[in-house]
Amino acid sequence: MTRGLRGLGLTFALAGCHGTQSMTEGAGLQGVQFSNLFTLFSAVTGFFYLLVIVGLIGGLILRPREDRTAEGEKAAGVGFMTWLGGVLLGLTALTVASYVADRNVAAATPAHPTLEVQVTGNQWWWDVTYRNADTGQELRTANELHLPVGVPVRLTLKSNDVIHSFWVPALGGKQDLIPGRTNMLTLLPTQTGIYRGQCAEFCGAQHAHMAIDVTIEPRDAFRRWWAAGLAPAVPPANPLAKAGYQFVMTRQCASCHTISGTPASGRVGPDLTHLASRRSIGAGTFPMTRGHLFAWVADPQGAKRGNQMPYVGLDADQLRAVVAYLEGLK
Amino acid sequence: MSSRSRTSCVLLAVLALLAGCDREERRSRGTPLAEAALGGPPESILQPGGAVPPPPDARAADFEENAYAVSRGQQLFQQMNCSGCHAHGGGGMGPPLMDDQWRYGGRMEQIVASIDQGRPNGMPSWRGKLTPQQMWQLAAYVRSLSAQPREDVLSGRSDSESATEPPTLRSRERVIPSSPAGVQGTTP
Repeated sequence: MTRGLRGLGLTFALAGCHGTQSMTEGAGLQGVQFSNLFTLFSAVTGFFYLLVIVGLIGGLILRPREDRTAEGEKAAGVGFMTWLGGVLLGLTALTVASYVADRNVAAATPAHPTLEVQVTGNQWWWDVTYRNADTGQELRTANELHLPVGVPVRLTLKSNDVIHSFWVPALGGKQDLIPGRTNMLTLLPTQTGIYRGQCAEFCGAQHAHMAIDVTIEPRDAFRRWWAAGLAPAVPPANPLAKAGYQFVMTRQCASCHTISGTPASGRVGPDLTHLASRRSIGAGTFPMTRGHLFAWVADPQGAKRGNQMPYVGLDADQLRAVVAYLEGLK
Repeated sequence: MSSRSRTSCVLLAVLALLAGCDREERRSRGTPLAEAALGGPPESILQPGGAVPPPPDARAADFEENAYAVSRGQQLFQQMNCSGCHAHGGGGMGPPLMDDQWRYGGRMEQIVASIDQGRPNGMPSWRGKLTPQQMWQLAAYVRSLSAQPREDVLSGRSDSESATEPPTLRSRERVIPSSPAGVQGTTP
């Protein structure tokens, strides 16, 4: 029974060691350096822990000698000096390793990377804006981050309401988003893949449902995504979607959401221009499926209670039309 | 009184105190059916003998005395750019909202009607642009600008940038008028 429980606990603990949201995944330079440091620290401190335990057990088992001899005193002195030397050596190794890791990161990341992304925290979603300094083009999206592999990126972190924290464990680096302040975080992705970031500072009722999808892809794929993202929204294709378009443009939706290429230009909620091309809705709360879109639009407060999207009260026809339009926003 | 019954009394008192720890309810969804009743065709605001005030609504007190509603209203006031005309309540292009003068009535129901229908000389109608629940929340905030709501209902901090100095525990430095260095223009 006890062994079974212990085995179960160990399995759960190990389950956290891989996957899209893991520090040991090492998809970024900072993540790899941190992972290596973590291994070294665990090894050094674990070794000394074992040494102390062995010493304690030895002290309990071995019978103390009653008479103090000169040889015994000498042996104790040597033992003490060895111990002191070991501790100094261990601490030096840790300090040097930390310094080297820090220098490695600094050497690999330029002070002014060419790719700049602004991430703004909101209750409870991420507003992401890419800005091309050369052309002045701006790409606004939400709850997703596409990064080209091997290109250092500088994230400008801001917040609109409370303190959040940006953390993609696989990439390494964690930085707070503080209202009224601008924080910087430079990352260097080194491995393609799909990862998950999570708000790492309690920010309210739906803090747990404030995730960001991170896609690290080859440069060509990133350029394709960038070009597709700059394009205006796809116009509605069929009569149902057209009715949905009408509703979105003339009713509550457009007060808060932007759909580029249409009159909808609210800046309060997430940008919906290419909503259907994202992997999830509600900041990683649900996968992007037709059913979840229906659930979300019909009753946002039932899907993610407390979020700032109000219950609009669409009837069945309006709901079908709006979802048909949103589904077409590839 | 035995020590045991005294302990029970103390425990009971503590339990009674704990009952007060309940927070107010956050009605995040609003009440769908009742809210929908606010609709209807837009009314003309040109009526003989002044506009007919809307009937009292049971929801008014619910929203006005709810900290969550007032704070959501404060956020909406920023997000929907009410400040563009009303400033932060002080008025500008639009009338001030902090004083005791109301052109179209200062009750919750009247404020909601003004937001819903719009008013002449620039106030747009928000019908269909905001949900009724959001209008009630906005009205609760607008009321709180002048109506001195309960202390526990008010938001602890303003969402807008403020020109006034933040409250600080540090006492201000004193300016000594007799000192020539303290007077501008006298230092060499």
